[in-house]
Amino acid sequence: MQPFSGLSLLRGGLSGQRGWKQQWRKAQPKAAYDAVIVGGGGHGLGAAYYLAKEHGLQNIAVLEKSWIGGGNTGRNTTIIRSNYLFAESAALYDHALRLWETLSQQLNYNMMFSQRGVLMLAHTVHDVHTSKRHVHANRAAGVDNEWLTASQAQAFCPVLNINDIRYPVLGAALQRRGGTARHDAVAWGFARAADALGVDIVENCEVTGIQRDSQGAVAAVETTRGLIRTPKVGVCAAGHTSVIMKMVGLQLPLESFPLQALVSEPVKPIFPCVVMSNTIHAYISQSDKGELVIGAGTDAYTSYTQRGGLHIDSHALEAICELFPMFRRLRMLRTWGGIVDVTPDRSPIIAKTPVPGLYVNCGWGTGGFKATPGSAHVFAHTIAHDEPHPVNAPFTIERFRDGHLIDEAAAAAVAH
Amino acid sequence: MLLIECPYCGERPELEFSHGGQAHIARAQNPSEVSADEWTNFLYMRDNVKGVHAERWRHTHGCGRFFNALRDTMTDHFVGTYKVGEQPPVAAGAQADRKVQS
Repeated sequence: MQPFSGLSLLRGGLSGQRGWKQQWRKAQPKAAYDAVIVGGGGHGLGAAYYLAKEHGLQNIAVLEKSWIGGGNTGRNTTIIRSNYLFAESAALYDHALRLWETLSQQLNYNMMFSQRGVLMLAHTVHDVHTSKRHVHANRAAGVDNEWLTASQAQAFCPVLNINDIRYPVLGAALQRRGGTARHDAVAWGFARAADALGVDIVENCEVTGIQRDSQGAVAAVETTRGLIRTPKVGVCAAGHTSVIMKMVGLQLPLESFPLQALVSEPVKPIFPCVVMSNTIHAYISQSDKGELVIGAGTDAYTSYTQRGGLHIDSHALEAICELFPMFRRLRMLRTWGGIVDVTPDRSPIIAKTPVPGLYVNCGWGTGGFKATPGSAHVFAHTIAHDEPHPVNAPFTIERFRDGHLIDEAAAAAVAH
Repeated sequence: MLLIECPYCGERPELEFSHGGQAHIARAQNPSEVSADEWTNFLYMRDNVKGVHAERWRHTHGCGRFFNALRDTMTDHFVGTYKVGEQPPVAAGAQADRKVQS
């Protein structure tokens, strides 16, 4: 791997940027691996990296049906925070946030991680009560979160309109350690670091079947590029998890919905933080390119189309125009959709399955990006040891049978 | 926005409807005799079909009635809609591989 440093950047600048090498190999699939990860998004590439780095499994492959980072990793609004209500979730998301804080250094790849603060607005008395409850629960769990009055919120985000609005801003919860990162860099950084440890990243390789041995354990995966024998398969297929699990006859508590986002034309730096509003439903930040990155909601119906209805986008923009009247004349540049796999309790599943050798990391719904390194780290542990890391132990499939739901619907900050 | 044909009112815009999830999931006749696994399947487990999906819709801002629909989740095109209690229309190419329980 060609390492990046101040010196190498300087050398690149002086030599016309012509000396850069390919950052990872275009691997051909081998006939057999010690473990196979299905899905080349951030969660899958990260799991492969941690398997190789921390668990010594280097004869492994990541199979991606398209190109890496082209699914939800490249389609989200890049918001990172860990202010979830329940102790199990706070532990999981804060595990991820702590990894984010050193990830650029660890991978020697600039994630453009920016802890600019995530402001979650309260517009009703009920919002104020639940927000304050979140603040207290987070602080008790060791996760930073603080309550701001409306005028303090406006001081933190000067373009915020708090009064001249149908639902005035009554206050806000602020997680200062929250922020954003560059989504593509997450996929590329993990891919580059995993490749350097010997991991094969195989693109344009769709899994079409899973073969099992006489004991019922995983024996091989059938792909569009041939049969690959492996005793362990980790599935990080997001919206398509149900499709993969159907190959072994497993049904999961998942439904796949389109979730849309959009960006405006680029403008000069104007927006200093991330703002989310559950009640009037919108979230927004500004990318380093200058585009305002705006998140809309999910469509009402399940779908695999990677697009949604225009009225969903309009609804989010109406809220943005109320909260930030100065953005009313901005034009939108692009909209797109991703397919998100939603669980009934809005918490993920990172667990073993009833099929020996088959592991699943899914159910991140509308908020998986923020968890990428943490999810990948504990999923790698689960695959390597055939038992969960203490952080993901509560996030089983069986919790739905046993009644131990981790009901985070409110913490998602936007309605699902 | 989808254009949805309510079997009672005809074609109306999607905004008049609520999506009711997977269709033909029958509640157990004898709840006290049902195992935890069967309850889990009834409450939480879903086919999440990529292809033709049987689902419930309610014409919330219209007649208020529930009905069922077959929709292809890869295109969002409706194969057809039908009243509760009726069998799904078997259209050309429809993958009617699901067991209809009611």
